[in-house]
Amino acid sequence: MRKTCLEMIFELAKTDPRVVFIGSDLGSGTLDIFQKEMPERFFMEGISEANIIGVASGLAMEGKIPFVNTIASFITRRAFEQVVLDVCLHNLNVRLVGNGGGLVYAPLGPTHMTIEDIAIMRAIPNMTVVAPADENEMKRFMLKTLNYSGPIYIRLAKGYDPVVTNNLPFDIGKAVIMKEGNDAAIFTTGITLKIALECAEDLIKKGVLVSVIHLPTIKPLDIMSILQVIKNISVIVTIEEHSIMGGIGSALGEIILEENFPTQKKFKRIGISDIFPDEYGTQASLMDRFSINRNNLIKTILQLLS
Amino acid sequence: MKDFHSDKTKLDERSKQLRKSIVYMMEKAGRGHPASALSLVEILRVLYDHVMNYDSSDPQLAKRDRCILSKGHGCLALYAILADKGFFPKSEMDYFCKKNGILGGHPERSKIPGVEASTGSLGHGLSIGIGMALNARIDNSNYRTYVITGDGECNEGSIWEAAMCAGKHELDNLTVLIDYNKQQSYSTTAEIQELEPFSKKWESFGFYVKEIDGHDVNALKATLQSLPLVAKKPVALICHTIKGKGISFMENNLSWHHKSKLTLQEIQKMYQSIEDY
Repeated sequence: MRKTCLEMIFELAKTDPRVVFIGSDLGSGTLDIFQKEMPERFFMEGISEANIIGVASGLAMEGKIPFVNTIASFITRRAFEQVVLDVCLHNLNVRLVGNGGGLVYAPLGPTHMTIEDIAIMRAIPNMTVVAPADENEMKRFMLKTLNYSGPIYIRLAKGYDPVVTNNLPFDIGKAVIMKEGNDAAIFTTGITLKIALECAEDLIKKGVLVSVIHLPTIKPLDIMSILQVIKNISVIVTIEEHSIMGGIGSALGEIILEENFPTQKKFKRIGISDIFPDEYGTQASLMDRFSINRNNLIKTILQLLS
Repeated sequence: MKDFHSDKTKLDERSKQLRKSIVYMMEKAGRGHPASALSLVEILRVLYDHVMNYDSSDPQLAKRDRCILSKGHGCLALYAILADKGFFPKSEMDYFCKKNGILGGHPERSKIPGVEASTGSLGHGLSIGIGMALNARIDNSNYRTYVITGDGECNEGSIWEAAMCAGKHELDNLTVLIDYNKQQSYSTTAEIQELEPFSKKWESFGFYVKEIDGHDVNALKATLQSLPLVAKKPVALICHTIKGKGISFMENNLSWHHKSKLTLQEIQKMYQSIEDY
């Protein structure tokens, strides 16, 4: 997914002179071909996130579409005020590419993991938040970034994530209904879509039919589609590689409560409990540590159904 | 540190008239950052009267020179000159900080014609200006970018991230004007966070540095009309100024950094002090 995202920036830049790339001391060789072919629009800057977000904003004020690429924790947390004021207050066409959102950097520890990026990015007015599930979806999404107005935070997973999405055109702001079933609904975003789909397959064997709704766009949320899906479903579970505070679980909870359904819904969020990641290992092992996995999803749905 | 004795620099009628506009807006709102605006008047006046290329009836003119007031709290001085130049009707000054006004306590790009960036939180404007200057290079455009920062603002780390970046890119189409009035909110810059050797700092970050009396209209004019001062280097113009310049009881008086609940009597004293300067 990461590779696809960078390749797409290069492809977009070849066709659109507004596209500019800004990196923050990324790995050696990153987008060498971009630098070679369009050096005037390729900027590899220092480890200075506040500055590069401001520079990107200045370029965007002049009509450019800068893609700023660095580690998700630094682009969101380190430069938060620049994201809020320079990018979002001015409502600029800056694309923030956050590498390793969630638990991807498990071996590197809590300084590099980003468990609250969705929460803080979606709290900013004007910001659009997108977390594709795989490289296929990333490619389809990136094609839509040129003619989309306003800032976008793009949450990138690890890379080499299994392809689970279909080939339908990507619509920023639209939910994707991956499976339909009336017993329960699973809402997910990013790479946890795979867990949700596997869970749905397993539950079919137990005679339980669940809907799986993928929310690649976390903000603006496709409220109409979400409400339509859950109208007649009483069990709703969210699963995400993010803190349970402020992610899609929180967003769904807000929508469900405010809709005041005549019959009560059963609702549960699966995500990282309110602690910093406290183990190393791998992304997968930390997902298990926080029970962001198929077994817990199945167990949770069956408990709520019983 | 050079001493330009800028406290003794005389002010002509135009400088006085712009200062009266600043007081007028404070009269209407009963508040403002007076002293921080007063140190800026000549810097802005020279830029807009003699240096910058712009058309106030077409604020988005592609080839215009860009000016960002990074020390957004000095906005009263910017509003005074923008109103004078016709970017918006002078009547807007009556609504400074008011519910339906466009002129807020910090300037906003989306509301005020002629304001290039919304500022107020310090340490943002220089990076934005670098983006604009890089854009000029990409597009082969000749416009120049001016960024005005405060001295206290240079406490922010982001200023120095930006300074390194401007030096690296050899942005000789970028000029930083530092309003070095040597005071910040609580105390002097020397006491809060010493900036000296200030000139050497900017030099070592890749800037061509010049120190100047920031109230001397002719000196500012001569320097700013000679840009770029050297090839392949951004310019840092350290403008030695007086916080509160032009209203004697505000000069170097920390209590006038920001004021609210201004009385009519205080306002009248300000007008009188400008008149007598």
